[in-house]
Amino acid sequence: MNYFQLFHLPAQFELDLTELGTRYLELQRQFHPDKHAAGSERDKLMAVQQAANINDAYHSLKQPLLRAEHLLALRGLKISNEQRSFMEPAFLMQQMELRELLAEISDAADPEELIDEADQQIQQQKKALLRQLQSALDANTPEHDHQAADIIRKLKFFFKLQQELELLEQQTQD
Amino acid sequence: MALLQIAEPGQSAAPHQHKLAAGIDLGTTNSLVATVRSGEAKTLFNQAGQDMVPSVVRYTADKVIVGHAAAADAVLDPHNTIVSVKRLMGRGFAEINADAEHIPYQLVDQSGLVAINTIQGIKNPVEVSAEILATLADTASQTLGGELTGVVITVPAYFDDSQRQATKDAAKLAGLNVLRLLNEPTAAALAYGLDSGQEGVVAVYDLGGGTFDISILRLKRGVFEVLATGGDSALGGDDFDHALVNWLQQQTGQSALSHSELRQYLVTARQIKENLSATEQLDFVLPLASGEFKGQISRSDFDALIQPLVRKTIRACKQVLRDAGLDTEEIQQVVMVGGSTRVPLVRSAVAEFFATEPLTSIDPDKVVAIGAAIQANVLVGNKSDHDTLLLDVIPLSLGLETMGGLVEKIIPRNTVIPVARAQEFTTFKDGQTAMAIHVLQGERELVDACRSLARFNLTNIPAMAAGGAHIRVTFQVDADGLLSVTAQEKSTGVSASIQVKPSYGLSDDQVATMIQSSMLYAKQDMQLRLLKEQQVEAERVLEAVTAALNADAALLTEEEKLNVEQALAELARVKQGDNTAAIKAAIEHTNHITDEFAARRMDMSIRSALQGHKVDEV
Repeated sequence: MNYFQLFHLPAQFELDLTELGTRYLELQRQFHPDKHAAGSERDKLMAVQQAANINDAYHSLKQPLLRAEHLLALRGLKISNEQRSFMEPAFLMQQMELRELLAEISDAADPEELIDEADQQIQQQKKALLRQLQSALDANTPEHDHQAADIIRKLKFFFKLQQELELLEQQTQD
Repeated sequence: MALLQIAEPGQSAAPHQHKLAAGIDLGTTNSLVATVRSGEAKTLFNQAGQDMVPSVVRYTADKVIVGHAAAADAVLDPHNTIVSVKRLMGRGFAEINADAEHIPYQLVDQSGLVAINTIQGIKNPVEVSAEILATLADTASQTLGGELTGVVITVPAYFDDSQRQATKDAAKLAGLNVLRLLNEPTAAALAYGLDSGQEGVVAVYDLGGGTFDISILRLKRGVFEVLATGGDSALGGDDFDHALVNWLQQQTGQSALSHSELRQYLVTARQIKENLSATEQLDFVLPLASGEFKGQISRSDFDALIQPLVRKTIRACKQVLRDAGLDTEEIQQVVMVGGSTRVPLVRSAVAEFFATEPLTSIDPDKVVAIGAAIQANVLVGNKSDHDTLLLDVIPLSLGLETMGGLVEKIIPRNTVIPVARAQEFTTFKDGQTAMAIHVLQGERELVDACRSLARFNLTNIPAMAAGGAHIRVTFQVDADGLLSVTAQEKSTGVSASIQVKPSYGLSDDQVATMIQSSMLYAKQDMQLRLLKEQQVEAERVLEAVTAALNADAALLTEEEKLNVEQALAELARVKQGDNTAAIKAAIEHTNHITDEFAARRMDMSIRSALQGHKVDEV
């Protein structure tokens, strides 16, 4: 299913999230199972499936990484569920350093400071990679698409780090 | 001709006929039924003039008593009087038995499920709840002067799949058509939101007799979007009572209590709790076999007893805000739901945490039933021009058991429902034709720390080399928050068969047997009911397909159209008779003939749904 088509939005990485939200609600107003509660069993079942599709499509377009993956999949390049984990040594080095920084937080005298520092680094890297991702996807050539796939793989590391950092932040607050 | 025949007046219900629908709040302590009449949602009163019916069921040798009369007998006949049965819904015997000291009746193990030994034999929580539901539905039918077309039943947002399924089974057993299971906080928000037309982010703090929910919703132009939900499906006012019972035992020095004494302690505890909402200091009398025990308690004594419980709810509030990605300042209103929010400490703790005075303008005991009634009226089709939309979420993550007793999450908590997620599995042995899947619900990483929902056995997998078969298993959660699972082998397209073994639930066969053997239905009634169900469904199919033909016949070839018309004519003819199986077969035949038509229409409507927008380049 082409999620961009579903929402009548251009198939590109840059997306108007407000517009996406508005169109999402418009679709749910028509296809949500509550609108078909008086229908036959088959109609009800179809409404559930349709509403689930719409939810899934919305969920996938809302998040930049999933949106990029969907865009690549539409262009014939599937990277979800892949087991591949090869990365450049320089990137892995950088990841290790960030992990070490995170590991220090729980024992640090001033954890807030370390959290801020890690957060800043992660955000900076993420931003830069997202910019690269955008231009690679905009170029729309097979070669650039493979570059984009690599950037997505890298970004996944940073999103994971960010999640762990948020968890650490909660723990220090509690 | 065929079309004329089925469109004939008198054969189908008039389109604008008002259908009878009700909202039911099946509570731990009290239950209520409400309906919309002349545009206003109101609770309904039984012949004794009460709208709040205690959720108490007493079994005598030849009768079943529900409500006030049963509650009055709780001390007299504790073994046969079931109180707070909601706490037992969808639970295992081993899970419940852990705190059995506070349950004054005899629990038994019914193949893993918890059940109660009564004078009428073993009754499971589904059967007990069905008695309460049937009583409420009776009140509604009598007041409204007709049979109910459908009901909306509310459940705690934090109820897991087994607890929801048990509630739905109870409704089935009571002979009710469930339009929707609606989350209690969402129902409350609906009652408030429509009442005041307010917009913005609201928190609904719902502390009932046995369950606690906290939900964060965004209200915007008729859309009620649940951003996150959390809570505890085993924490409520009952626990305040139990804390007081422990305190009373310290006062009287009575350490071991008989079932009857425990009931009496609980009655007194509840009176103390309720009275302390209005007064700072209380003299109380506890009737004992050895005479009366007279004592004194202050509100601050009580507050100290329940402080840990209230703190637990505030911790859940914190978590749910985190899940929603919001700060307390972003919450514009806090709505209080449930009788236990009358306790002053609860109110002050909530007001302090959210830094705002909570809303209580709709009776916290009735607001859920009122919300359910509003939604029932919409779902049954009485309000065709409505533009409210409820977008709810799944309260607990769904996952699968993987190697080493770990859980892999398939659908994370707070995902908007309905939702479908697929997962691929492969065989690890040559010629493997079966596979077992264990589905769990919860947030923890270890299987043992999550709740087991069901085990699925996939069979009929085509025999291939190891890793050759790719089975795509789809987990679908519907708008009631209920899970269903389908599986397909990808390369061959063969549907693998699924056998479901619910961990804490009844199988479809068990429910059917219960319905048949139930005292609620004589055998004759049962057959009539099955016939009627099929006739109603046949009517729905006829209406839906006829409307589809009228609108979109252009999507069919002449031959296809003829086939559809023939199927409809046959269905209309069979429907008039009393052959349940034949009607069922005709429905299935019609569905089969129109499957492709329905798919084409769905495609078309999806494509045209956003037609108002400029179609951007793709």
